[in-house]
Amino acid sequence: MELYNCSLEELWQRLEKGEVSSLEVTRSVFKRIADVDETIAAYLEIDEKGALIQAESADERRRKGDATTPVTGIPLGLKDLLSTVGLKTTCGSKMLADYRPEYDATVVTRLREAGAVITGKLNMDEFAMGSSTENSAFKPTCNPWDSGRVPGGSSGGSTAAVASATAIATLGSDTGGSIRQPASFCGVVGMKPTYGRVSRYGLIAFASSLDQIGPVTLTVADAALLLSVIAGHDERDSTSVNTPVPDYYGNLKQDIKGLKIGVPKEYFGAGLDPEVEAAVRLGCRQLADAGAQFADVSLPHTDYAVATYYLLATAEASSNLARYDGVKYGFRAENTDGLLDMYRTTRAQGFGDEVKRRIMLGTYALSAGYYDAYYRKAQQVRTLITRDFDEVFADNDIIVAPVCPTPAFAFGEKIDDPLSMYLSDILTIPVNLAGLPAISVPCGFTKSGLPIGLQLIAKPFAEETLLRVAWHYEQMAGWAGRRPELVTKAVN
Amino acid sequence: MDYEIVIGLEVHCQLLTETKIFCGCSTHFGNPPNQNTCPVCTGMPGALPVLSRKVVDFAIRAGLATACEITPSSVFARKNYFYPDLPKGYQISQFELPICLGGHLDIEVAGESKRIGITRIHMEEDAGKLVHPEHEHGVSYVDYNRACVPLIEIVSEPDMRSAAEAVAYLKAMREIMVYLGVCDGNMEEGSFRCDANISLRRWGAPEFGIRAELKNMNSFRNVQRAIEYEVERQMDILDGGGQVVQETRLWNVDRGISMSMRGKEEAHDYRYFPDPDLLPVVVDEAWVEAVRRSLPELPVAKRQRFLDDYAIPLADAEVLTADRAMADYFEAVVKLSSSPKLAANWIMVELMKFLNDDKTDITHCPVTPQGLSELLSLIEDGTISGKIGKQVFAQMYSTADNNPRKIVEDQGLAQMSDSGELEAMIDEIIVANGDKVTEYQQGKVKLFGFFVGQVMKKSKGQANPQMVNKLLKEKIG
Repeated sequence: MELYNCSLEELWQRLEKGEVSSLEVTRSVFKRIADVDETIAAYLEIDEKGALIQAESADERRRKGDATTPVTGIPLGLKDLLSTVGLKTTCGSKMLADYRPEYDATVVTRLREAGAVITGKLNMDEFAMGSSTENSAFKPTCNPWDSGRVPGGSSGGSTAAVASATAIATLGSDTGGSIRQPASFCGVVGMKPTYGRVSRYGLIAFASSLDQIGPVTLTVADAALLLSVIAGHDERDSTSVNTPVPDYYGNLKQDIKGLKIGVPKEYFGAGLDPEVEAAVRLGCRQLADAGAQFADVSLPHTDYAVATYYLLATAEASSNLARYDGVKYGFRAENTDGLLDMYRTTRAQGFGDEVKRRIMLGTYALSAGYYDAYYRKAQQVRTLITRDFDEVFADNDIIVAPVCPTPAFAFGEKIDDPLSMYLSDILTIPVNLAGLPAISVPCGFTKSGLPIGLQLIAKPFAEETLLRVAWHYEQMAGWAGRRPELVTKAVN
Repeated sequence: MDYEIVIGLEVHCQLLTETKIFCGCSTHFGNPPNQNTCPVCTGMPGALPVLSRKVVDFAIRAGLATACEITPSSVFARKNYFYPDLPKGYQISQFELPICLGGHLDIEVAGESKRIGITRIHMEEDAGKLVHPEHEHGVSYVDYNRACVPLIEIVSEPDMRSAAEAVAYLKAMREIMVYLGVCDGNMEEGSFRCDANISLRRWGAPEFGIRAELKNMNSFRNVQRAIEYEVERQMDILDGGGQVVQETRLWNVDRGISMSMRGKEEAHDYRYFPDPDLLPVVVDEAWVEAVRRSLPELPVAKRQRFLDDYAIPLADAEVLTADRAMADYFEAVVKLSSSPKLAANWIMVELMKFLNDDKTDITHCPVTPQGLSELLSLIEDGTISGKIGKQVFAQMYSTADNNPRKIVEDQGLAQMSDSGELEAMIDEIIVANGDKVTEYQQGKVKLFGFFVGQVMKKSKGQANPQMVNKLLKEKIG
């Protein structure tokens, strides 16, 4: 098997045994990038030179017997909203097309210290706003399973890269499903940790109370390994929580007999694609075979989640994106007349339609006279949604659900219909509102060959249980590591 | 027509912390532009604020000193507006749940005491500064050194009824904040600044009138002038049958007038909402108590104690307690020497004159409390006269020599208190002025001064005046 096709776990073991070098792995991955990324278009910036230097120093680290981590020498890609010194961080926006941060995000610092090899920066919906990566100001990314379809979003570059083997693993960010939904569309594992588990410092904010960085990987074990490197308290992020990071990887194989899994009826309602439902139901039976106990549960406020989310997330975004004013960094419109015109023209030209739409929605929700009816009410509903989960988790360890009502949709199918696009996050958004950890694991394919994802949701900071259940499911389901057939340039 | 004046004040104090409120950058004033900055205080994408505990300490201190309730869980909010000096496009402040609520401050105007309510105190970050170079047309620069420097805003109730009350409130507030070490109180540099809300209403009217907000008053005197101007302006409008417009007005110091900055229609909608990057500020009872224990004695209490303990006049107590360092100096001198009254006189007259001439303050005084107290003992025990004392003090001040006893000895400045020596001197004078003695004894009592003068002259001013009086009385009756 080609090195680029290996899982992080396998490469880690082979690197530790000295069977391969990081340089070999890295070269293999860059060869793969050269072969397929022109078609897939997952990358916005590729840093082969920097990556090879990092690979050499990772090999040096192993040769000298210095401490290593599971990601030492592993080529990893980053969603382009994670600040990186020396690499452009565009957030998928014209506004930051030439922006080079002067500091590394905390997760980037942790990866660098752990000896990871950074391959480059991955495409995304502008400012993480979108569910298809079509909102990137630069280019669309293709779904590796069907080039006529979107990879999902907003972390579409991160999931397409893992699916097309142009990175061994990647980091994405999830505000309303932005890791899980594209992971399900691309047939890879995508995990959103508990809010506060991973530092947001250096993550360019979309909605601060919802954003969370997480791993996108080929397997559940890979997710456990990568999460263990990036998780943990950071004094630079007041919302990061100071609780110990368990041994996610080491505990994967403990059995799940007697674990209680709830199936929420609201997540299997109208609009759910029958093939998706069948695959998820089959997944439930397989988990039951592994000894988990199932119960029907209810999350009664689910219907309000999308509306709540689009008030709170846009309100926060309207404020978070105020800093892009043309004064300090990033894009500034030319030939403007005075300060106000400079602001207006810069923001009119620098932001795309979806970003402007959300800034306007959020500005409206926070306006004098509307605050109580929209923002405050949405906060109250958020509390109710969180309570729904609390009640279910009083008697259950895990909730199982589909990730997205449908498999990957075609380019252009929803881009002109924002509401229908928003609804593709209907099954992932409640998790962000409640701050819970959740994971998308491949659970089969449609007849037309599109991947389907199974979503598992756990209590706050119960990533260990979440990953354990996901791992057992993955073992029984047998979908892990499956690759799409890609036309490579070499064959061309 | 006769109106009641209604004034409420918003005071901004820049806090004397070493570092900024949400990052570790220095707050040092006067560094080259943008030197005291980092990704957090310049609002770089992805940077996050982390609250400085010290700022909370200072805010609690200010709250306790003004009898406020400390909120157990207060919340930072974003105040959204665009301006180039505001790097994030919002200011992190507090809105619905500020750190302190419901206090008061007692002021005194023309001997009358009055209690002014304090609505709230909240913490916030300052903005940067725009620089418009004179010789570069169409170019402006921005300096973020001040961005993220901590402020507290103290909002009063509309309890003041005259410009004099407003100034008294500001002075008392400034004095307290300086005492607490919370703020340096510098109005010219803007580290202590205020906005005034002013309205008029007919006497007895239940509702407040429409108010105007005044900004940009950088001294007590300007506050007084600006409020008086505003009261006149509103009075003219109301007398003319017009209506005051709700607006923000800028005081122009040079022209002595205020001008409209923005009207109600142009007022910003700040779209406040809780800042999701910061957790609620939880202050438990133990924290409040720890701050309470660390509070210094406040000016009003100190004044009363000076009256009680030292029996000095009220006017003296007011002068000595106006500055905490001055009060400490006075107490140090009193602890070492005996007479508080003498110490008070010397500090207020001699020492302050020298400090004023030097344009410096008590913390830079070359004469130590020890030195001054020794000097005062020399005067009290009659070793030197008060007049010589001033001469010695001048020398101590200019040379920072704090050994007055040695100065007196080295320069032979001690008074003549030896009765034998003085008696001999007086006898000589009596003999030389026999005719005057006779005149005096015949009732020309005014001549007593002549004899004193002769003794002083003969002793080169070093004769102890009390002793001279006593001996002369004995000899010539």
